[in-house]
Amino acid sequence: MTKSYSFYPGCALHASAREYDVSTLLVCRALGIEITELAKWTCCGASSAHSFDTWLGLALPALDLQEAEKAGRPLVIACAKCYSQLKMASHEMQNRETLDNVNHLTGGVLKNTTEVVHLLQVLNLDSPDFTGTVKRPLKDLKVACYYGCLLVRPKDVAGFDDLEDPQIMDDIVRKLGAESVDWGLKTECCGASLMVTNRDVVMNLSHRLLRQAKQKGADCVAVACPLCHSNLDCYQKDIEKVYHDGSSLPVLYITQLMGLALGFTPKEMLMDRHLTDPLPLLRSKGLA
Amino acid sequence: MARIGVFVCHCGTNIAGVVSIPAVLEAAKKMPGVVVAADDKYSCSDPGQSHIRAVIEQNKLNRVVIGSCSPRMHEFTFRKVMVKAGLNPYFLEVANIREQVSWVHSNDKEKATAKAIDHVRIAVAKVARDEALFPKKVPLTKRALVIGGGITGMQAALDIANAGHPVTLVERESSIGGHMAQLDKTFPTLDCSACILTPKMVEIVQHPNITLLTYSEVRQVSGFVGNFDVEIVKKARKVDAKKCTGCGICWLKCPEKVSAEFNEGLGERKAIYVPFPQAVPLVPKVDLENCLYIKYQNYVEGKSEGKRPMQCRICEKLCPVQALAWDQQDEIVKEKFGAIVVATGYKTFDPSVCGEYGGGKLPDVISGLQLERMFNSSGPTGGEVLRPSDGAHPKTVVLVSCVGSRDEQRGRPYCSKICCMYTAKQTILLKEHDPEVQCYVFYIDIRTGGKDYEEFARRAQEEYGALYLRGRVSRIYEDGKQLVVLGEDSLMGRPVEIRADMVVLATGVEANEGAAELAQTMKLSHDVYDFLTEAHPKLKPVETQTDGILVAGACVGPKDIPECVAQGGAAAAKVSALFSQEMLTSDPMVASVDNARCIGCLLCVQVCPYKAIDTQVLRNGRTVALVNESLCRACGLCPAVCRPKAVNLRGFTNQQLLAEVNALWQ
Repeated sequence: MTKSYSFYPGCALHASAREYDVSTLLVCRALGIEITELAKWTCCGASSAHSFDTWLGLALPALDLQEAEKAGRPLVIACAKCYSQLKMASHEMQNRETLDNVNHLTGGVLKNTTEVVHLLQVLNLDSPDFTGTVKRPLKDLKVACYYGCLLVRPKDVAGFDDLEDPQIMDDIVRKLGAESVDWGLKTECCGASLMVTNRDVVMNLSHRLLRQAKQKGADCVAVACPLCHSNLDCYQKDIEKVYHDGSSLPVLYITQLMGLALGFTPKEMLMDRHLTDPLPLLRSKGLA
Repeated sequence: MARIGVFVCHCGTNIAGVVSIPAVLEAAKKMPGVVVAADDKYSCSDPGQSHIRAVIEQNKLNRVVIGSCSPRMHEFTFRKVMVKAGLNPYFLEVANIREQVSWVHSNDKEKATAKAIDHVRIAVAKVARDEALFPKKVPLTKRALVIGGGITGMQAALDIANAGHPVTLVERESSIGGHMAQLDKTFPTLDCSACILTPKMVEIVQHPNITLLTYSEVRQVSGFVGNFDVEIVKKARKVDAKKCTGCGICWLKCPEKVSAEFNEGLGERKAIYVPFPQAVPLVPKVDLENCLYIKYQNYVEGKSEGKRPMQCRICEKLCPVQALAWDQQDEIVKEKFGAIVVATGYKTFDPSVCGEYGGGKLPDVISGLQLERMFNSSGPTGGEVLRPSDGAHPKTVVLVSCVGSRDEQRGRPYCSKICCMYTAKQTILLKEHDPEVQCYVFYIDIRTGGKDYEEFARRAQEEYGALYLRGRVSRIYEDGKQLVVLGEDSLMGRPVEIRADMVVLATGVEANEGAAELAQTMKLSHDVYDFLTEAHPKLKPVETQTDGILVAGACVGPKDIPECVAQGGAAAAKVSALFSQEMLTSDPMVASVDNARCIGCLLCVQVCPYKAIDTQVLRNGRTVALVNESLCRACGLCPAVCRPKAVNLRGFTNQQLLAEVNALWQ
């Protein structure tokens, strides 16, 4: 089984979600998974490109796929939206005509041969047994794994896990020694980029998620997407002002939790970059 | 010397409007062996038939070709004309110039006429080589087997028995009644299910012509129409049915409690039990997996490990008639049947695969059948609708239709047909149980095809105030003590959020457990969903490709009670018609072996899908193939593989087929 991948970070991991980037690189290194950032990469188009122009939504990922093709390794992506964009484009371009048209637009020579996978698949499949490497089991920590709406959908494109009740992140959490909380909103929408244009919707959706996670006994939420993270983490004070039900919860990247379990310090995992401070929780569980 | 007559039918304008009849007659007259060519407006009509008969007699014809519709339509009609004219009915060929010519080539009359002439020519070439064939008479066993003791099978068994024929009814469970016994009330009249079902169950067990085998399964079926050999396994109940009076002391006192299957997992039953109080026969069975004494026996025999179980036997001690029979073993019954009715029913879709509805993990999300059990006064809640989580009376109930129906992602694209109606019924019953209840129904379409069905579903909305929302539910989750149902109102074009006390999933209809295996045992075909395939979806809804085996009810596809009863009756009518004959006539157009040519390679035995070819040893010691004419379906595989050309299909011999091809290129 290959342990060498190209890595596409996407814009967020180099800016607001630096902690996701750093923790991903450190965890992969610790697990012996070699990931190399693509030399040249461009924005995946995120939630806007494809809604303006179908071809733009394909052409931008095509540029990145071509870089990956040059590198000749499977491409691993950490951000759920970037993953969805590139995976979907790769799926669409299995149609010869679409591929030719995209190559015509980009002036590229993409053959569309690169396998696109999400970070979770790599972490889960390539290191089937963490227990040996777990130095600091996350005992007594109850984690609600939040997948968001894109990660495992649609079935024919991503579909590496159950569409409505995915388990891949929960498996990792359990292997870290923590308890995965069974909750009902794993794949419900967080509001995504509506935070910019329709704040109330995001407040409502994020509140619903946090409230449910808290009700089911979670100490924190684990995510694998910078946008989910930002929606859940950044506005908890405002949410509390509106709903007054104390549904505040630390929101951590799954790789940060892994890093912690593998022996990295909270500082190395950049735990101080979250707006909802996870450190009191980690201290109370003896993890910081 | 063949004296052939060609008759061309106009079929009104169906044929004559496209094909030039005079041109066909003209061409036919020049074909070899043709003595006369004539036409009729409608050959199948009474005057048409008389005309054909008259022409045959006048011209002393001995072979007849009819250019008309498909032989599937009227070959049988014209064969009867042959018999009336004193000819062997198999000296007839039908050239299909309607379905295969005029209907499909109406845009090119010239070419259509040429093709019609070709069809007649090959029929003429074939008919000249027809041989006289004579059907054989085979005896039949006038005893029917009905598999499945649900409402369909019960109806079939009763109707056959009332026609005076003995019937054996085999049921896998320990009581007959099927799903209908689980229901409380039935749409669209709301009559109590037990009230209309129980009398039938009793009639079954009391009928002198019916042998009832419950807790039994059909293991093997061989033979052919009129003469099926069937092996039935009668499983050991560990209770002597002859002694048992059904007093109930055993299941009252049995200490071991198990989740009750009949109540869909709500509530408990004992390890010796009858599934429901009105069970027929009212003889309990011992649950071999959970009975303490059976566990003890297994432990003593070294079949299980761990703690030594208690040697209970309380049932045995208390039984006033010593009916417990621990040494009872499975018994195999072998019997001959003339016809078999398969009515194995359905099961409901398991919603635990649907993560969006809680994946079976939310106690207050129940299935439609579970709600039926709650409604029922002999059910787990004594007829009260109670939330499984805390026993509270729900005030807001959401009903979700199409769970496991019309869902391509889950491999169930078909409509389950009954759910719209049972959902409407359940909203009415919920309201009648508790007038404070508010029901919400999420639906895709409301399908209410059936007598009085639409009126019934409207009543649920208008009189009982059920709120119908067109859209799917995307998520159900717990929020405190309530359930939050997220969905879409696609008519209003907006998301809906309902806080409910209970959710009822209208789970769809699926092929029953073991349906595919049973189909294989009986060599019946089934579709990709394991529903059995009928011989024709419209004209032969209860027949199968195998003569003498009939299918009825929900094992063929989703059906409601009236349809199941109708199909059970229909299957019974077919069986009675079959049994009205003293001997069966076998179709002579089957494979036959020329013993002189057969080299005994028996390739034909291997390819025959109907196991219709046997072997025989001739007096000179040679082994040759032997066709069982009753089993042969004339599929044509054996003549195709036969290397020395020893096997021929009567009526479709190699010589005839070659003559047809030759005629086409003349």
